[in-house]
Amino acid sequence: MVTLNVNGRSYRVDADPRTPLLYVLRNALKLNGAKFGCGLGQCGACTVMLDGEAIFSCLTPISAAAAGRIRTVEGLGSVERPGPLQAAFIAEQAAQCGYCIAGMIMRAQALLERTPAATEAQIRAHMEPNLCRCGTHMRILAAIRRAAAAMRDTPQQGDR
Amino acid sequence: MTAALPRPLTRRAMLAAGGAVAVGFSLSPAAFAVRPGKNGPKLPGDLGRAPMLDSWIRIGADGKVTVLTGKAELGQGIMTALIQVAAEELRVDPDRIVLVTADTALTPDEGYTSSSHSIEMSGVEIMNAAAQARDILIGLAAQRLGVAPERLTARDGRIFAPDGRSLAYGAVAAGQVLHRPAGPHSRLGDPKRFTVIGRSLPRIDIPAKVTGGISYVQDLRLDGMVHARLVRPPNYAARLVSVDTAPVDKMPGVLKVVHNGNYLAVIARGEYEAILAMRALSAAAKWDAPAVLPQEPDLYAVIKKLPRQDNVILHRQGPAGVPARTLQATYHRPYQIHGSIGPSCAVGLYQDGALTVWTDTQGVYPDRAAIAELLGMAEEKVRCIQMPGAGCYGHNGADDAGADAALLAREMPGRPVRVQWMREQEHLWEPYGPAMITEVRAALDTSGTIVDWHYEVWSNSHSTRPGGAANLMPAWYRENPVPGPVGVNIPQPAGGGDRNAIPLYRLPNARVVKHYIEKMPLRVSALRSLGAYMNVFSIESFVDELAQAAEEDPVKFRLRHLDDQRARDAVTRAAETFGWSPGARPPQGRGRGFAFARYKNLASYVAIAAEVAVEPAAGATRLIRAVAAVDCGQAVNPDGIRNQIEGGIVQSTSWTLYEAVQFSLREITTRDWNSYPILRFGAVPESVEVHIIDRPGQPFLGVGEAAQGPTAAAIANAVADATGVRMRDLPLDRARVRRALGF
Repeated sequence: MVTLNVNGRSYRVDADPRTPLLYVLRNALKLNGAKFGCGLGQCGACTVMLDGEAIFSCLTPISAAAAGRIRTVEGLGSVERPGPLQAAFIAEQAAQCGYCIAGMIMRAQALLERTPAATEAQIRAHMEPNLCRCGTHMRILAAIRRAAAAMRDTPQQGDR
Repeated sequence: MTAALPRPLTRRAMLAAGGAVAVGFSLSPAAFAVRPGKNGPKLPGDLGRAPMLDSWIRIGADGKVTVLTGKAELGQGIMTALIQVAAEELRVDPDRIVLVTADTALTPDEGYTSSSHSIEMSGVEIMNAAAQARDILIGLAAQRLGVAPERLTARDGRIFAPDGRSLAYGAVAAGQVLHRPAGPHSRLGDPKRFTVIGRSLPRIDIPAKVTGGISYVQDLRLDGMVHARLVRPPNYAARLVSVDTAPVDKMPGVLKVVHNGNYLAVIARGEYEAILAMRALSAAAKWDAPAVLPQEPDLYAVIKKLPRQDNVILHRQGPAGVPARTLQATYHRPYQIHGSIGPSCAVGLYQDGALTVWTDTQGVYPDRAAIAELLGMAEEKVRCIQMPGAGCYGHNGADDAGADAALLAREMPGRPVRVQWMREQEHLWEPYGPAMITEVRAALDTSGTIVDWHYEVWSNSHSTRPGGAANLMPAWYRENPVPGPVGVNIPQPAGGGDRNAIPLYRLPNARVVKHYIEKMPLRVSALRSLGAYMNVFSIESFVDELAQAAEEDPVKFRLRHLDDQRARDAVTRAAETFGWSPGARPPQGRGRGFAFARYKNLASYVAIAAEVAVEPAAGATRLIRAVAAVDCGQAVNPDGIRNQIEGGIVQSTSWTLYEAVQFSLREITTRDWNSYPILRFGAVPESVEVHIIDRPGQPFLGVGEAAQGPTAAAIANAVADATGVRMRDLPLDRARVRRALGF
């Protein structure tokens, strides 16, 4: 048994400790946000946060995540009460197929929590690990800038 | 805080999760699908595919409106646009409409969701069905209210009499009043007074997608569901020599190892257990993999030597000036991948002799026919329900994964089986966009006007969609295989390899030939815009070469050869908004380029101006900014159109600057994102601007694929402008640019 802290809740999971976090999030915890994209850490569709850092959940065994606080896109808000990044992605209509977007949001969340006044160059460099195939990049960047401005205007509680 | 529960937000998700379908109409639309022209009058759009109005529009006693489309949401935003079209003509708030998308048990058969046709086809059909449904309701209300129908007005889901009395739609729609055939004529609203069409309504699917809702077939989680993974052969012709499945059978969670001919799969309780078992099975399998792939450096020579059919698609002779100067050029395009970010996935359930497949296929009806053939089942016993996957951009692995789910579900009756491909399986097995060769020769007279044009294109098929079982890849590897794939030579005017091979420019003498090559060295099929990407790249690169020979600004040169006023408007708008000025020199290392095409010569007009930066020693080329002008007729959802064109520009930039499938004699070697790099954030343009030329009252023109070709040519022309060197082989990657510039 491995105990995981996900979005502020504690879960006891009966799985091989080597199991990548992604499969436990998606199947045992029924969280859809993190996606399988490559299983190789090359695309970022599976990105979640572990203790404030963006990580590839497809490469991170649950044993390595057990000590930390895990956050997924479900932990940032809901359709009714979207978090600042989610609201910004909706406002900018920053999705086409949207499969990469939860990973994009989680990587951007890690940046904005640490560097709320991130420059355009910092945002682009930080987002480099995550791929989008639909070509929604311009809107994703616009959404991150919009969220950064909103978070600066209304300071958020840090890592919930 | 509490964990947010995933909520099914759409009817699609509810249906997918096994919810009942509470509609009072029992007939399947397919049961009375007649074609127009046979017995009845020609119906608007393609309504003849399902001529009963309630195949498209249903109104409940509670006033709730259900709109049905045979098209699929692929991330292009059609759900929202189709709701807008229905809301406009029905005169109801878009929020009151529930849209049901492609499902063989519920929706009309609209073939494939392809060719940028969804709004041109389904949009027109739904618009007409909605207008006719509204008038039927008005007619019924007229009887009830004792007022002539022309004095009644429909607004916000109610019908109003001049004296202020009103009836809700639900009150008049009782019974099966819409269960009647559509008529040939619809009383469509006045485009000048549209309030919903033309508005940038936010997409209905985005909130769930950014909060972890059930949005994709990958997210479908049915009770008792088990997980499958596949072991594919090392190449197309490989044969399984031996495999010891016994150790895999004993692995934790494994329920079944499936071994049928050269087809290998494993089904396990948990997803990760299935992956571990797949790895063990893969290690245990011994294959004989003959050398079957062409030698890569000779690829284009190999393709040109294959047997072919020659189709002369344009032969025009007319009076023209005397040729003074002739130019010619050859262009190449490699195989390129769809590269969906989420590998193909499907869920199958075989129960009581019936099969349900949840799939992100682009064509539920053709896919159902192919799956039924593969499994030897009656079509009525197979239901295909489309659920979005990761963006497909054409015929990727989705249909094959649907076939995998069907085959594996039959091995596990009563249990839903979810199968997802691994990354390398997607890279290796999806059908690629075909490699192509074009040759063009043209003559200018002394005034710099084109007087002769000769163009040839060599290409495989651009559609090997199912079709039949032969176009489902798993069928090739089972005992008693169904050999495939089988390609279609898509005829003009849309064309396949010759899509957009006929320029829109004034050409008094022209000959255009398509060389259709049936034998496919690598598996290929439809990739966004089909041959248009390569033909527009070639033609629009060459037009710049001609403009240079004529010593004329490339925008002016284009305008001088364009008669179509809408084409001229698009070119002019893109040039103006970009700030194009003839003879202007960008700074050192920068270049600007222009390109234009009307997609398929039938759909949207797109003109693009681009600025690039080239670092010669590194070979690195980057698109700095792009400005597009788009005329897609009546614009339904302007922001949706901008999103599609922006995405098309960025995606085509990636194809054009980086992408080529590579292979050895025995295997494809681009197996992941490291060996097949695509555009990343560091190389994303500084700005992409899209200007829409709205044409209220004009027919909808498909837009989703229209930017692919113009983007490629605008970039190549900008690179030529920046470096003085013309590059005619795609992609314009670092190695090629360095070589071309002598580094």
